[in-house]
Amino acid sequence: MQKRHFIRTAVALALVGSLGHAAAQDNTFKIGLILPMTGPFASTGKQLEAAARLYMAQNGDTVAGKKVQLIVKDDTGAPDVTKRIAQELVINDKVQVLAGFGLTPLAFATAPVATQSKTPLVVMAAATSSITEASPYIVRTSFTVPQVVTVLADWATKNNIKRVVTLVTDYAPGVDSEKFFSQRFQANGGVVVESLRVPLRSPDFAPFLQKVRDAKPDALFTFVPSGAGSALMKQFAERGLDKAGIRMIAEGSVTDDDILNGMGDVALGVVTAHHYSAAHNSPLNKKFVEAFGKANNGMRPNFMAVGAYDGMRVIYEGAKKTKGEGGEALLNAMKGQVFESPRGPIYIDAQTRDVVHNVYVRKVERINGQMWNTEIETVTDMKDPGKAK
Amino acid sequence: MLTILFDGIAYGMLLFILAVGLSVTMGLMNFINLAHGAFAMLGGYLTVALMQHAGLPFLVCLPLAFGVTALVGAVLERTLYRPMYKKPHLDQVLFSIGLTFMAVAATDYFMGSQQQIIQLPTWLLGRTELFDGALGMGHYRLFIIAICAALTVGLQFILSRTRFGSRLRASVDDPRVAASLGINVNVVFAATFAVGSGLAGLGGALGAEVLGLDPSFPLKFLVYFLIVVAVGGTSSITGPLLAALLLGIADVAGKYYIPKLGGFIVYTLMIAILIWRPHGLFSRLGGGK
Amino acid sequence: MTPTTPPLGKLLDQARWRPWEPVLWLAALAAPWLLKEHALIINEVAIVALFAVSLDLILGYTGIVSLGHAAFLGFGAYSAALFAKHIHPDPMVGLAVGTAAGTLLGAVASLTIMRGTDLTRIMVTLGLTLILFELANKLDWLTGGADGLQGVVMGPLLGRFEFDLYGQVAAAYSIAVLLVCFLLARRLVHSPFGATLKAVRDNRLRAMSIGIPVASRLAVVYTVSAGMAGAAGALLAQTTGFASLDVFSIERSADVVLMLVIGGVGWLYGGVVGAVVFKLLHDVIAGITPQYWTFWVGLFLVVLVLVGRERLLRPWTWFSRKDAA
Repeated sequence: MQKRHFIRTAVALALVGSLGHAAAQDNTFKIGLILPMTGPFASTGKQLEAAARLYMAQNGDTVAGKKVQLIVKDDTGAPDVTKRIAQELVINDKVQVLAGFGLTPLAFATAPVATQSKTPLVVMAAATSSITEASPYIVRTSFTVPQVVTVLADWATKNNIKRVVTLVTDYAPGVDSEKFFSQRFQANGGVVVESLRVPLRSPDFAPFLQKVRDAKPDALFTFVPSGAGSALMKQFAERGLDKAGIRMIAEGSVTDDDILNGMGDVALGVVTAHHYSAAHNSPLNKKFVEAFGKANNGMRPNFMAVGAYDGMRVIYEGAKKTKGEGGEALLNAMKGQVFESPRGPIYIDAQTRDVVHNVYVRKVERINGQMWNTEIETVTDMKDPGKAK
Repeated sequence: MLTILFDGIAYGMLLFILAVGLSVTMGLMNFINLAHGAFAMLGGYLTVALMQHAGLPFLVCLPLAFGVTALVGAVLERTLYRPMYKKPHLDQVLFSIGLTFMAVAATDYFMGSQQQIIQLPTWLLGRTELFDGALGMGHYRLFIIAICAALTVGLQFILSRTRFGSRLRASVDDPRVAASLGINVNVVFAATFAVGSGLAGLGGALGAEVLGLDPSFPLKFLVYFLIVVAVGGTSSITGPLLAALLLGIADVAGKYYIPKLGGFIVYTLMIAILIWRPHGLFSRLGGGK
Repeated sequence: MTPTTPPLGKLLDQARWRPWEPVLWLAALAAPWLLKEHALIINEVAIVALFAVSLDLILGYTGIVSLGHAAFLGFGAYSAALFAKHIHPDPMVGLAVGTAAGTLLGAVASLTIMRGTDLTRIMVTLGLTLILFELANKLDWLTGGADGLQGVVMGPLLGRFEFDLYGQVAAAYSIAVLLVCFLLARRLVHSPFGATLKAVRDNRLRAMSIGIPVASRLAVVYTVSAGMAGAAGALLAQTTGFASLDVFSIERSADVVLMLVIGGVGWLYGGVVGAVVFKLLHDVIAGITPQYWTFWVGLFLVVLVLVGRERLLRPWTWFSRKDAA
C-alpha cells in the first residue's frame, strides 16, 4: 500500500518538473503583476488589474517593437508567497519589471529580490513611506500616507479645529497616518486628546466611538481600510456624534470611490484628503473614468486603480526609452518622469524614486444623484514628508 | 458605562442568534459544522439583494432571510450532511470547511468582494438618551435586543413546553433510545438543522449593519461562534446565551477600557474558562467525546 | 524465521525501512539541482511538509485535533528571525534557537490540551494562535508589527554556502532538516513510546486503565511536535529572510490540517505527500483562476470527504461499491 503512495509521490514530483515551462521568447517585454486577488484585500487586486489592463488596451500591447506580456499572479496577501512568486517570475519567466504590491509587508518582503536581481519594482498600491528605501530598484506610483494626512492636518488647523481624537485601524498604514497627522497637527498648535487603535479584525466600532463621544473633541480623525469606512460612518451617525458637534475628517481611503455611492447620506459633508478623486475635473480623468466604467461593468476607478494606471505608464515610457531592456537602464528611465495623470500633474522624484503629486482636500457631495469627492483645496507638488531628509 | 453595557448586550445577543444553531447542531447531532457562518452570510446577502434590487423593505426581508436560509439548510441537511453524521470529527471539519470555501468563493464571484452596505429604514436610525447621556441607546441596537430576546423566549418555550421540544431534548440525550421510543429522529434532526440555519441567516441579516458583510464573513466570525459554543456548552440554550452575552460584554468593555489589549481579553478569557471547565461553562458534566 | 511472537513481529515489520524510501530521500536531496527552476517551490514544500509531519505526531498518532499549530510555527519563525537580526546570523544556530523556542512554548501549551472534548481542544489551540497574533502585532517595536520583520540577512550555511536568489541552497537546507526530523519522528513513532501514543488515540480510557500515563504522554508528544513546528518556522524565516504576522494566521493552521488529511494521517509520509499534492493543486489551480481557486479547493475537500479519505490514494476503489468506512 505504501508502495503505491510512493509511486503517487513520484508522479507528482515529475508533474512539478513538467509544469510551468514557459517558452522564453526574446521578443517579449514581460511585466510581472503580483496582486492580492483573494482574501480580504481582493477588491484592491481587482481595481489594480482592471486599471493595468485598461492602460494596455488604450496604448496597445507593443512597446519598442516588443510584445508586452502581462503576467498576473495572486499572492493571497501572504508575504512569503509574494516573495516566492517574485523570485519565480524573475528567474523562470524572466520578467523585465515587477509591479503591483497591494500591501506594505508584501513590498518589503520582495525588495531584496529586486535588489539582487536588478529588476525594477513598481509599487502601485502600498503606501508606507519607507518602502522606497528598502531597495534602490523600487519606484512608487501610488502615494504615501504622510503626504495626504499632513495636508489634512494643515487644513484642520486652518478651519478652527483645535482638539482632535484619532481613531485608526491597528496596522501599518493606520499607525503611519496617526503618527504623521498627530505630528503635524500638534506642530500647528493643535491638541490630540486621545489616540485610539481598532484591531484589524474587529467587527464593531461601538466602544471606540463611545470613547470619542466622551472625549468631546472638535473633530475625529480616522483611517480605516476601504470597506470599513461605511460601517464607521454609519455608527458615527448612529451614536449621535455628528449631532454632538464632532466633525469627521479622514484619510481619503475612507471615502473610497469604489464604494462611495453605497454609503448613503451619512457620508455627506465628510472632509478627506487624498491624491485622487474620481471627480477630478480634467479631460484626461473624465476619459479615464468613462473608459474604466465601460470596461468593467460600471465600476468606478479609485486611487488604487490610478496607481496601477500610472504605474503602467511609467513602465511603458521607460521601456520605450530603453528599447525594451530591463535592469538598471529601465530603472533610470523611470526616474524623473514627468507627466499628466488622471489625478493631476505628477512626477517621479529622481532622488527618492517616490511619487510627487498634488494632494487635494475634498468634501463628499451628492451631484446628480451620485456621491463624489469634490475637491475643495489643492496643495501642489507634495513630496513625501515621511522620508528622513 | 451603562452605554457600554448596553452595546455589549446588543452585540452578545446578536452573537447568540448567530451561534445558537451551531450549538444545538453540535449537541444534537455531534456534528462540528464550521460552515455555519456561510448560512449567516447567505441571510445577509439575501437581505441586501432583496432590498437593493427588489426594493423590499427591511422588515420584510428579515423573515425571508430566515425562511430561505432554513430551506437551504433543510435541503443541504438531507443531501450532503446526513451521510456525514457517522464520520469522525476530522472529516466533518474538513467537509464543512470545504463547503465554506465554496460559499465564500461563489459569493465573491456573484456579488463582488467589497463590503455590502445596508440602508436601514429611517425609524431604526436614531438614538435615545437617558439619565443625562449616561445611557445612550441606538434604536437599531434596541431593535436587535428586542428581536433576539423574543426569539430566545420563543426558543426556550418550544424547547420546554412543546412536544417537539421534548422530542428534541430526548434526541439530544440519547438518539438511540429516543428512536426506540418511536421518535422520528431524522425528522427532528432535519427540522433542528433547518431552524438553526435559519436563525443564522436571520442573524446575518441583522448583523450586516453592525458587523459588516463581505465574502470573508464566515471565516472572520467563525472563531466567535465557536467560542460561544465551546464556552456555553451544547446541552442547553441558556448556556450559549450566557456565553454570548459574556463574550459580547467582555469584548466591548475590554475595547473601551483597555483598548491596547482589545482582542486579547476575549481569547485569554476563553482559554482560562476552558481550562477550568473543559466542557463549557454551563454544561452538565459527563460523557460524550 | 524470526523467534519473535507475531504481534511483535508485526510492529518490527512496520518499523523496517522499505527499499524505496532511501531512493525517495536521495531523489529529494538531489531535486534542487535536478529541478533547478523549481528550487523555490521545493523549498516551500519541504518546510510545509516538516510542519505537516510535526502535526501528524499529535493529530495522527495521538488523536489531538489542533487548529492552532501555527502558533509554534510562528513562534519559531520570529525567534529565529530576531536571533539572526540582533545576535548572530548563522543559520544552524538560528535553527536551534527556533526549535528551542517552539519546544518551550509547546511545553507550556501542553497544559491546556489535557482535558475536554475535541471542540475544547480546537478552541484552546486556536485561542493560543490568536493571542500570539495579537501580541506580535502589538509588540511592533520588536516584531515590526503588521509591516513584518525585515532585514533578516542570513550568514552562509556551514560557513560556505550563501543563500542565493535561485534558492537551491535554501531548498537543500530545508530538505536536509526535514529528513533529520523525519528520522526522529519515525524513531519516536515506532518505539514503545509510539505504541502507547496510538493506544491513547484509539481509546484513552482503556489506555489509562492499563497504566499508560496519558497526561505525561500528551505533554511529551505535544512538546516534541511543537519543537519540530518551531524548526519549520525557523526554516521559513531563514529561507525567506522575513517574518510577518501571517505565520500566526488561522489559514496556516487550517492549510496544514488539510494537507495532512489529504496525504493521510497516522502515516508519517502523509505529511510529505499531502504537502506536495496541496501545493501542486494550489499552484496549478491558482494559475488557472487566480481569484476563485478556493472554490475548487473547497469542492475537492467536500468530494474527498464524501467519497472517503482513504480512497483518494487508491484510485481503483473510486468506482467500486464500498460501505462507508
